[in-house]
Amino acid sequence: MRESVAFRITRIAVLAIITLFVAAPLYVLVTSAFKPLKDVQGSFTWWPTHLTVQPFIDIWSTVPLARYFANSVIVSLSATVLSVVVAILAAYSVSRFTFRGSGSFKATVLSTQMFPAILFLIPLYLLFVLVDRASGLQLAGSQLGLVITYLTFSLPFSIWMLVGYFETIPRELDEAARVDGASSLRTLFQVVVPAATPGIVAVAIYAFMVAWGEILFASVLTTDESRTLAVGLREYASQVNVYWNEIMAASVVVSVPIVIAFLLLQRFLVAGFTSGAVK
Amino acid sequence: MTQLDSSLRRPGPDGPAGGGPRPTQSSRSGQPVKTRRRGSRLIRWLPYLLLLPAVVFELAVHVLPIIVGVAMSFFTITQFQIRKWWEAPFAGFDNFTVVLDFSGPAGAGLLRSFVVTVVYTVIVMAASWTIAVAASVFLQRSFPGRNLMRALFLIPYALPAYAGIIVWRFILQQQNGMLNHVLVDQLGVFADKPYWLLGDNSLVALIVVNVWKYWPFAFLIITAGMQSIPTELYEAAALDGAGAWRRFRSVTLPLLSPVNRTLLLILFLWTFNDFSTPYILFGRSAPPAADLISIHIYNRSFETWNFGLGSAMSVLLVVFLLVCTAGFAAFTRWRDRRA
Repeated sequence: MRESVAFRITRIAVLAIITLFVAAPLYVLVTSAFKPLKDVQGSFTWWPTHLTVQPFIDIWSTVPLARYFANSVIVSLSATVLSVVVAILAAYSVSRFTFRGSGSFKATVLSTQMFPAILFLIPLYLLFVLVDRASGLQLAGSQLGLVITYLTFSLPFSIWMLVGYFETIPRELDEAARVDGASSLRTLFQVVVPAATPGIVAVAIYAFMVAWGEILFASVLTTDESRTLAVGLREYASQVNVYWNEIMAASVVVSVPIVIAFLLLQRFLVAGFTSGAVK
Repeated sequence: MTQLDSSLRRPGPDGPAGGGPRPTQSSRSGQPVKTRRRGSRLIRWLPYLLLLPAVVFELAVHVLPIIVGVAMSFFTITQFQIRKWWEAPFAGFDNFTVVLDFSGPAGAGLLRSFVVTVVYTVIVMAASWTIAVAASVFLQRSFPGRNLMRALFLIPYALPAYAGIIVWRFILQQQNGMLNHVLVDQLGVFADKPYWLLGDNSLVALIVVNVWKYWPFAFLIITAGMQSIPTELYEAAALDGAGAWRRFRSVTLPLLSPVNRTLLLILFLWTFNDFSTPYILFGRSAPPAADLISIHIYNRSFETWNFGLGSAMSVLLVVFLLVCTAGFAAFTRWRDRRA
């Protein structure tokens, strides 16, 4: 297929505009992180007067960023691990067994996605308080409560995607293991899980992203002690005298690992999404 | 495969769950599979046991709070009764009458917020989808740097939401922001620097930021959908004399429709319920022009501490979303049958 000149010009122009739209804020994000304070407090400049890494050092002392960071890492990692394990079990059940209620399970799990978070935010908080009173467990305001909440946010999509992956793994492998005498759970963890590793890693990245970026529930379910990055940085940006260069530096620090992981694994995420979408 | 081989060679069953449940495939493929009777009761319950953790968590964090939220909408709650809201006076449908009375302040505020949210959602969805389709189509042909460009386009989606939005807040500042620097100082489009985070412009700001944040997801999904369209179809269409536009209309669009369906539904739910963008972009008080429904309910609830009223608004929102989703599903089914 040959490309006409008009098509070629349109193609280049459109891609250039989109690139500008996407890249300009990213450019501002990265360059501002390397600017001295007077550069970000005065009028905007495209280029720093002199490059400095000072913001990246200062963030650890001016904001209690280290604590927020630790909180976010703990909450996100725990939620990710739990979510992935729970999703693997559920997806295995749905993909490998025929039983009554499997269809309604899938439908129910997906439909919880439709309910706006604002509807169950306050009831959930009140329930946590009730449970705390009754059991002394400390869910409201603690990391544990946030972990439980976040793991359910990524669960529906994770189950959906993993069912898609597990369907692509030939059942002959399961059966071979079973003939060898392996139990169902052994088959799952020694045959199905290893064969679905790329999909599982992609789902884990997704679960991590959900927890790492969430702000609404974190704003209600955390105290000063258990603040996560999302809430902490937002509060910091709302102050009167904002150290924008440090905020940008902090944003770069929290973004780089997750962006790299996402770019490496997005292909598997998409495969899971579309396999679910087409069915 | 070595991992697999070694696991297969490992000897002997060891759990009480040894022996297989009837796998669904055995009946389909017709391959003989040795099934054993041992532990058959456990086997019957195994699929449910595997689902149990997921069900428990979903019940605890979603289903139960949703039921409580619906129940709360029938009570008049004050800040003194929040911990024991069920002891608050029962209000019947009072909260709903107040919220739906569009001449009263609560109803008028809700209606305004709803209209703003609908306008914003339609624009964000249309823009995100259009940009995503354009980018996917124009990146179909391979050229040097294409993969780099694809990766770049995905970054706004991969970025933690607050990081991306905080940058926009920096860019959209009235005095020292990058946007006004470009528009006023460098291009001279406006005489005075406009406020983007206050007043009516805040809706524009909100739309632009959310298009920036959401279109990469649409791009990701549409690109994947396009890759599954066989190139022979394009070649055949080209042989028939179809130009680029015709090929797009007659090959790309129809074959994308199953992907589009799910994508648009997800985009709709995300943009309509979006909370984090206005929350981070404007601080606690979103300007009226950008008062999205989630922010509106959140602020009304915490302003008066009457969670009954807030819950009533949430319930109405859910009803609206359910009607939209059901309507969308019915529409696609109807179109499928006609096609």
